[in-house]
Amino acid sequence: MNATPAPVDPPGTVATDAAAGGRPILRVSELRKYFRLRGGSGGVGPAYVQAVDDISFTVAKGETLGVVGESGCGKSTTARLLMRLIEPDDGEILLDGRDVGGRDGMSLRTLRHNVQMVFQDSYSSLNPRHTMAEEVGFGLTAQGVKRAEARRRANEVLEFVGLEPAIFADRYPHELSGGQRQRVNVARALALNPRLLLLDEAVSSLDKSVEAQVLNLLIEIKERLGLTYVFISHDLNVVRFISDRVLVMYLGKVVEIGPVEKVYGNPGHPYTRALIASRLSMDPRRRLDAAPVAGDLPSPINPPSGCRFRTRCPIAEPVCGSREPLLDRFGAEPAHLAACHALVPGSGHGQAPDREAGSALETGGNPP
Amino acid sequence: MSAGDHTPVDGNAGTFLSVRNLSVEFQSEGMPLRAINGVDFDLHLGETLCFLGESGSGKTVTMRSLVQLLPPTARIGGKVWLDGIDVLTLDADRLRAIRGTQVSMIFQEPMTALDPVFTVGHQIAEVVVCHEGVSWSTGRARALEMLELVQVPSARRRLDAYPHELSGGLRQRVMIALALSCKPKLLLADEPTTALDATVQIQILLLLRELQRELGMATIFVTHDLGVACEISDRVAVMYAGRFVETGAMAEVIDGPRHPYTIGLLNSTVHAGSERGKLAPIPGAPPDLLDMPPGCAFAPRCSRVVAACAERVPDLVEVAPGRSARCPRTGDPGISLPGPTPPGFPLPRE
Repeated sequence: MNATPAPVDPPGTVATDAAAGGRPILRVSELRKYFRLRGGSGGVGPAYVQAVDDISFTVAKGETLGVVGESGCGKSTTARLLMRLIEPDDGEILLDGRDVGGRDGMSLRTLRHNVQMVFQDSYSSLNPRHTMAEEVGFGLTAQGVKRAEARRRANEVLEFVGLEPAIFADRYPHELSGGQRQRVNVARALALNPRLLLLDEAVSSLDKSVEAQVLNLLIEIKERLGLTYVFISHDLNVVRFISDRVLVMYLGKVVEIGPVEKVYGNPGHPYTRALIASRLSMDPRRRLDAAPVAGDLPSPINPPSGCRFRTRCPIAEPVCGSREPLLDRFGAEPAHLAACHALVPGSGHGQAPDREAGSALETGGNPP
Repeated sequence: MSAGDHTPVDGNAGTFLSVRNLSVEFQSEGMPLRAINGVDFDLHLGETLCFLGESGSGKTVTMRSLVQLLPPTARIGGKVWLDGIDVLTLDADRLRAIRGTQVSMIFQEPMTALDPVFTVGHQIAEVVVCHEGVSWSTGRARALEMLELVQVPSARRRLDAYPHELSGGLRQRVMIALALSCKPKLLLADEPTTALDATVQIQILLLLRELQRELGMATIFVTHDLGVACEISDRVAVMYAGRFVETGAMAEVIDGPRHPYTIGLLNSTVHAGSERGKLAPIPGAPPDLLDMPPGCAFAPRCSRVVAACAERVPDLVEVAPGRSARCPRTGDPGISLPGPTPPGFPLPRE
């Protein structure tokens, strides 16, 4: 389909990601990114925004991993790190078991051939001086494909996302509606035949009727091409709708991760519980009459010690300030993890289950 | 069109705000652009009306035209009676006198609506000093009282804070305090929770509901979010391309929408119970206001379109007590039921 398929996979694994179910396409370990602030903290030494602090997760081939959290929780920084738009301070990102750079690593070009991203703002993420065909074919020419071939492929992909090339290929971004522009962004990401799409608030700025069109398009594309998605959004209902598993972030930390129905149906972390309970009911007769959690998010510059949620947590105890809780298995589902002292036997938290109950669940680490 | 009842804080008082045949036209270089067209409604004290619509539907322009907060290129037509005052005939001085005292507004983005170079205490006190002619110390005392009313923690300390020192949720609370500092009878809220995170949004919605109950104001709430509308409003007016297409009690509209656009909006909103494969989006996009279709503006996207739709703009007709819809087929059997979900996902074409 295109001329520079830098072979990244051992033979036989290409384009069968959906069928390969379960094996990770992406493995992230202890990823960390601090942004240094100019001017320092006013105290001793420089100040850092702890945007992403020591997070680990995997994405299985063919799944959709939803990432939710509020502003400043690090979800967009995570996406940019995965795409290598910014360099991590520490940690490892393995795509199919291979690192980027270094002696055995893949090149950035190969990474971007396999991983593509769709951004929130459909307008500012398109070059105003490119026609849609130029925009969609740009990545291909950058990868060495001939111009005519890139154009042919661009038309093919535009058609695939529901934009008739005869009408749209020679238009500029300002001649398109928001929904059409976001389709072009999706087309541009698909042009290189990637295996993993990072969707960073890709439907958030669209009107509801158009958002539904793009969501349906994303689901359709994923099924037809066997893609893997990392879907980042602040909208809990949309994440639940589209994801297989969900990862909940708070101030740069992963507080909970698990299958979507477990996390939404039986949330372990008090923050996840509050977030889920903050969803509006869409029924005037079932309005919320108390806020699930008080206050705002603290600044990620000097986050609270121990558990970062403790300043807003309804069940915080002294142990929460002195020791950071680790992600640990929660409930009967082995893939469901949460990071809260109140869930871990012997953690010193008053609501922690006793050890017998804990051993029945075979909870692992986090020794007192 | 009653002159309005002057007894404040009484939900049963007469009509406080009355709007008839309101229209707004923007004079641009080429053709004039009709942003809103023939809007009518009444509002009582203690009542919350929500304008629900997508971007460009005219909801914000409608709200701003009530107090003439529009650029000079706007030409406003029709009548707006606020507590018996004919607002659209007022001169600049008399408009300034009712803004802030009779009518106040809160905006979507508190960081740009607050002045970055003054403390929040000063900004609230200034409003009180200007409108009520009291001393600065009285103004400051009122500012403290207002910050406590909107539940800002450590209110006394926060009086001397600048907007950038506050979190998004606190800034929005300050903006509400500012708007309510002269006890307005009508509060205009333009997407006040859209920029907030989920756990903070619900706090602000609850605060607004509580304040309205306490103070007995009439409120107009602009939002694109069905969930927010359900949480806050008594009545809803669904807007499309500058017109009301459906109005009624919030619960009744959610239960049995009567306009195809409302039905489409409900079907395309992802809610807590949405299952994959069940989203039925409205095809296409809203019309260009400079190039409107001849009849019903929604006809090009509508699945129930008939010949009459293209001939003239349908009237907003009463379909049940307190309910109206702008659709010639609204009385047809089945129109009140959500549309059938198409099987599978045909790729919608533009």
